[in-house]
Amino acid sequence: MTYRVTGWAALGDPTRRAIFERLAEGPRAVGELAGELPVSRPAVSQHLKVLKDAGLVTDRRTGTRRIYELDPDGVGTFRADLDRFWSRVLAAYKEVVEQRVEEVS
Amino acid sequence: MTTQATDTFVRTQVVVEAPIERAFSVFTEDFGRFKPPEHNLLGVEIAETVFEPREGGHLYDRGVDGSECRWARVLAYEPPNRVVISWDINPQWQVETNLDKTSEVEVQFSSESSERTRVEVEHRNIDRHGEGWEGTRDAVGSEGGWPLYLRRFAELLKH
Repeated sequence: MTYRVTGWAALGDPTRRAIFERLAEGPRAVGELAGELPVSRPAVSQHLKVLKDAGLVTDRRTGTRRIYELDPDGVGTFRADLDRFWSRVLAAYKEVVEQRVEEVS
Repeated sequence: MTTQATDTFVRTQVVVEAPIERAFSVFTEDFGRFKPPEHNLLGVEIAETVFEPREGGHLYDRGVDGSECRWARVLAYEPPNRVVISWDINPQWQVETNLDKTSEVEVQFSSESSERTRVEVEHRNIDRHGEGWEGTRDAVGSEGGWPLYLRRFAELLKH
């Protein structure tokens, strides 16, 4: 199954956030992540796929292992940051603009 | 379709219970009231955020000590339908002075009814900020740059 997910939505899941934070410390293999977190190896792989599709992480093969790391050019992370920024702006804006309606009426 | 990794824009929208004229005026005149507090490039608390209502104007924060930070230029100002601003903030959240490395944000307002307005935000050309990131990458290990950005981002995630 393929689906579109933005950077910020990808990080809305607590397990993916935990994986992202681990990778912020340094590159890891799937097995290492599964060992550090209370999540099965197949589940870690699934989460990594979502993070990869969102442009937040990349992978490379070294020998028989696949190593995951944060996207080194950072555009995906910057986009996730902006995504979060505008989502928060619009949510707060909605409150302000509708509060005004109540004040007027 | 999973082309997300190469997308260079962010889109988000909201429907508000307000006429289009008010939706537009609140968005522009009161921007400082709903801007997230961590969006502050000054070293001090922000006294006010000013959105100059004209093409060629600026969006800027004025600190309590009188210092100013101009972080966006108004590229189009068409009340009550549309406003376009530049995004002159780099991925390290500092003001970008090289205008070739800035992105832009278009905000469109459309009436759903006399009392309801859809507000759509598109922040595009985000990749323009990316040029020069290699230099940032070389700075890994030093203070600032990419590591600082990642730390800041990880901090944001906790909120």
